Amino acid sequence: MGEILSEYDVLGAFWVTIQLSVLSAIGSLLIGTVMAVLRVSPVAVLRLIGTSYVNIVRNTPLTLLMAFSVLGLSFILGLQLSDQATTNSYWWAVIMLSIYHGAFVCEALRSGVNTIPPGQAEAARAMGLTFGQSLSQVLLPQAFRGAIAPLGSTLIALIKNTTVAAVILGTAEAAGQLAEITENEGASLPTFFLFALGFVILTLPLGILFTNLSQRLSVKR
Amino acid sequence: MTTRRMMVAAAAVLALGLSACGSDDPETDTGAGGDSEAEGLKVGIKYDQPGLGLKQGSEFTGLDVDVATYVAKELGVEAGDIEFIQAPSAQRETLIETGQVDMVVATYSITDARKEKISFAGPYFIAGQDLLVRSDDTSITGPDTLDGKKLCSVTGSTSAQKVKETVPGVNLQEFGTYSECVAALASGAIDALTTDDTILAGYAAQEQYKGKLKVVGQPFSEERYGIGLKKGDTAQCQKITDAIKKMISDGEWQKIVDKNLGPANYKAGAGNPPTPDACA
Repeated sequence: MGEILSEYDVLGAFWVTIQLSVLSAIGSLLIGTVMAVLRVSPVAVLRLIGTSYVNIVRNTPLTLLMAFSVLGLSFILGLQLSDQATTNSYWWAVIMLSIYHGAFVCEALRSGVNTIPPGQAEAARAMGLTFGQSLSQVLLPQAFRGAIAPLGSTLIALIKNTTVAAVILGTAEAAGQLAEITENEGASLPTFFLFALGFVILTLPLGILFTNLSQRLSVKR
Repeated sequence: MTTRRMMVAAAAVLALGLSACGSDDPETDTGAGGDSEAEGLKVGIKYDQPGLGLKQGSEFTGLDVDVATYVAKELGVEAGDIEFIQAPSAQRETLIETGQVDMVVATYSITDARKEKISFAGPYFIAGQDLLVRSDDTSITGPDTLDGKKLCSVTGSTSAQKVKETVPGVNLQEFGTYSECVAALASGAIDALTTDDTILAGYAAQEQYKGKLKVVGQPFSEERYGIGLKKGDTAQCQKITDAIKKMISDGEWQKIVDKNLGPANYKAGAGNPPTPDACA
């Protein structure tokens, strides 16, 4: 075990996993919020765009999205984000993780919006607030607070889904590193558990934090 | 004369083989003794490598499949009694250690790290890491001409690690499988694919890539393919080693190589046919 830790950059691999998680979490939160706004907007076309996005992305396997990003978008359509293959794959992985989890964030937020009694939106409109104002002042703050638990689940799923990036990213992140160790040293249970432990360390505190937050921040009605 | 002696040896091998298998595998221990149609053999192979181990429908083809069939015959198992099981690279040791397969013939390079967990018989073939490029590409002639070229290999594979060592700063794209690399190579998005020349030859010979891709032919490593066995099973190892030796001496080896790798104009490299190591 010590041998594996000294010979391979396991911590470096987990650092890349953390980078991917943080960048994609930010990306997916942005995409998800925009899509959630579209889905609750009063304009039918915008609602259709939001709904189509969620239904298409949510039902496409992440592995497929990853392979498509590099093989299809990058290699065939020429959308290179960098001349270096690894950097190119890295940013495509961030983009695809953001797009994929954006759909889940959107649905979590929409469920948050749906917890708010319709009277509040009507009251906001009666006070003369525009759609944008009622969204940013009344609906979204409450929606985030109500959706904190499903958002936490999505974040945890995202952290674990970064391993799918190994199909395009190579050995930089944790799953790819595990593949390399398995290739050289043979499959071994202790190594497997070491990596599993790494993900437990990353996700367990988050799970506890989000449960806690959801209780403290929930909107008392 | 030699043939007769070989046959006697083979018969002895067969009898021993069956009793040995019977004793360490309670499920199949039916007291079959020397009966040649007594029990099957579970062989781990690759399912997805054209020319080496490929499953198409219920048909298995490839060099590894033919070697396994030949060796099994020498052990007294008819072709119909062989059960082929998929052995992806990462699971090969586990499949052997847990007894889910009796042997693994799956482009399995003999290495010291692996020898700590399992035993090898062979090598039955010596491959080398090489480059696959588009047929019209004359700029790549070996690892030292890879500067500024885009290269592809499989995540974490020995070939990927080796090329990073040989060509520092190489622009390497890693994918989950070789098929993705081949597709990208054919489309022109990458310049070369690197792994064992046998695997490359298999892809170059595939119908859809015929004439479009070529193997460079400058191997820069030595991969000795062996047959993986349960650790310490010297008796079985000895029998398989004898079978490999016989396969090479009676010309069957050459036939198998020509049949499976010939279509890609692949010539077995230096060191072939190999001399199997002694069983330890």
